[in-house]
Amino acid sequence: MTKIKSFEALKKYQEELKRIGDSMEEVRNAGNLVKVKIAMATCSNAAGAEEIMNFMTEALDKRGVDALVTKTGCMGYCYAEPTIEVTLPNHEPVVFADVDVQKADQIIESYIKQGEMVEGVIPVNYKTIDEQYN
Amino acid sequence: MPVATLTEIAVKKQIRIALRNCGVINPEKIEDYIGRDGYFALGMVLSEMTPENAIGVIKDSGIRGRGGAGFPTGLKWEFASKSKSDQKYVVCNADEGDPGAFMDRSILEGDPHTVLEAMALCGYCIGANTGYIYIRAEYPLAIERLKTAISQAREFGFLGKSIFGSEFEFDIHLKYGAGAFVCGEETALIHSMEGLRGEPSLKPPFPAESGYLGKPTNVNNVETYANIPVIFLKGAEWFSGIGTEKSKGTKVFALAGKVNNVGLVEVPMGITLREVIFEIGGGIKDGKSFKAVQTGGPSGGCLTEKHLDTPIDYENLIACGSMMGSGGMIVMDEDDCMVSIAKFFLDFTVEESCGKCSPCRIGNKRLYELLDRICTGKGEMPDLDRLRNLSEVIKDTSLCGLGQSSPNPVLSTLNNFYHEYVSHVVDKKCQAGVCRDLLEYFIIEDNCVGCTACARACPVGAISGERKEPHLINPDTCIKCGACLEKCKFDAVILR
Repeated sequence: MTKIKSFEALKKYQEELKRIGDSMEEVRNAGNLVKVKIAMATCSNAAGAEEIMNFMTEALDKRGVDALVTKTGCMGYCYAEPTIEVTLPNHEPVVFADVDVQKADQIIESYIKQGEMVEGVIPVNYKTIDEQYN
Repeated sequence: MPVATLTEIAVKKQIRIALRNCGVINPEKIEDYIGRDGYFALGMVLSEMTPENAIGVIKDSGIRGRGGAGFPTGLKWEFASKSKSDQKYVVCNADEGDPGAFMDRSILEGDPHTVLEAMALCGYCIGANTGYIYIRAEYPLAIERLKTAISQAREFGFLGKSIFGSEFEFDIHLKYGAGAFVCGEETALIHSMEGLRGEPSLKPPFPAESGYLGKPTNVNNVETYANIPVIFLKGAEWFSGIGTEKSKGTKVFALAGKVNNVGLVEVPMGITLREVIFEIGGGIKDGKSFKAVQTGGPSGGCLTEKHLDTPIDYENLIACGSMMGSGGMIVMDEDDCMVSIAKFFLDFTVEESCGKCSPCRIGNKRLYELLDRICTGKGEMPDLDRLRNLSEVIKDTSLCGLGQSSPNPVLSTLNNFYHEYVSHVVDKKCQAGVCRDLLEYFIIEDNCVGCTACARACPVGAISGERKEPHLINPDTCIKCGACLEKCKFDAVILR
């Protein structure tokens, strides 16, 4: 990476990132990419998030689901860890609570493959800074 | 698509500023952070603002320190910027030590770049070129992610020489703490960074004049820094539009204890405790009734039902006899004994007092002993006055914030739950059923089938009774070992 030398260059770089991200998604089955985020802070790891991470990456790959699995920090749902957020194409993100391997399997088979809701969803209970006071 | 109804009532009362990227971005990818306008504030300030103007923005925003005391951040930066010196330092206090508080760890693990960006901004404002993050070694994952973030930021040129093509240079290093609570106090933290004992020193001189290695130093908490980039991007007016008259923005609370939705919440200042505990927190576990909430950790106080509708801000919490602290919020129900809670926090303070000044070192130990006497049934009425007097003396005469606030749990429980102290001392009873020495093992006649299991298990022969007849425990002989309770299959033995 070459150093970013000005504010303008940073803005351009962000646009570039966005463009690459968008085109990558377009390429991947014209927007059929499933995004999975797994909370992996100390607390979530202690609750077993690493096992879920390994399972999800492997299982999604084996079952031929085009998915992007990423780790993220914790969303603050300590009572419900491990949590994972699944975003189906053209859907709002959904956060699943208390995920174990069995539940993860169910999420892949029912929700990701067929769009059928699985129990144990945490509703989004906060506003982002862009939603309010703008 | 049907949406599950698990906790549908969880209302959108939260606004996430400090936690805006936690759980959203991949903390190990700087690209994710840039995608969410990361380092935009630094880029904008370096190319469009003078340090004075930038400090003005922070002052206008009204943000106050999120580490506990609530000192206005803009003023702190201004003091440091006005100190004349060849070398200045920016320090991030990541020595999170309150039992039950973990928002700083969450920010460092979920969004490390926001802290780096804010520290660089602070460096520009006060004229420092070096930053240190003082982090406890018990946070290995946070350390790892910070290291990754720092090397990425250097690679992209957000740290190092000539940042964004300007003349400003800044770099950040990590310093590890051994997890001493007192090192969250800024002077103690600085001494620990210098390799000295983690003991506070008298202020003034404030770190803004003479801090790390005797140079002007600005120390802010992780959560404070996490707000800074947003303030620059959205403007001081936007930020000060959130919150109450004297407390602006949001505060992250670590909701813990007997509440359904244990976790991190970020709420605007001015929200009530009731909204946090009952709406966001989902109420008390197992349908029990609310008894108290402890805010501010070992330095804070226990608030009760009557405080539930008080808007949360720095001033109001102090007026109630508690404090904001770092934002721990421990909820208690009817099964918690307030004397034991006070004793628990004092136990912590006694352990963590650095021992430099006598009021804190000796006074807290004596407070703990008094509470222990009361919990074990040896307390007398004059002890309650002794508790109060000693607490006042410790508060007034301790050297640093640790001792000045450590009696708060005692004072607030004395004020709000005096009757519990009295029943411990006079009736020798603990209504919540927590203080073991004040409880009696008792056999419920109707449940007892006379199987003799308990009598055979009792090591001191305190249980008498004929086979197939209800048994009886002699409280004078009983040593309260609990063997009978374990053995009974008929729920006949209880503690009361």
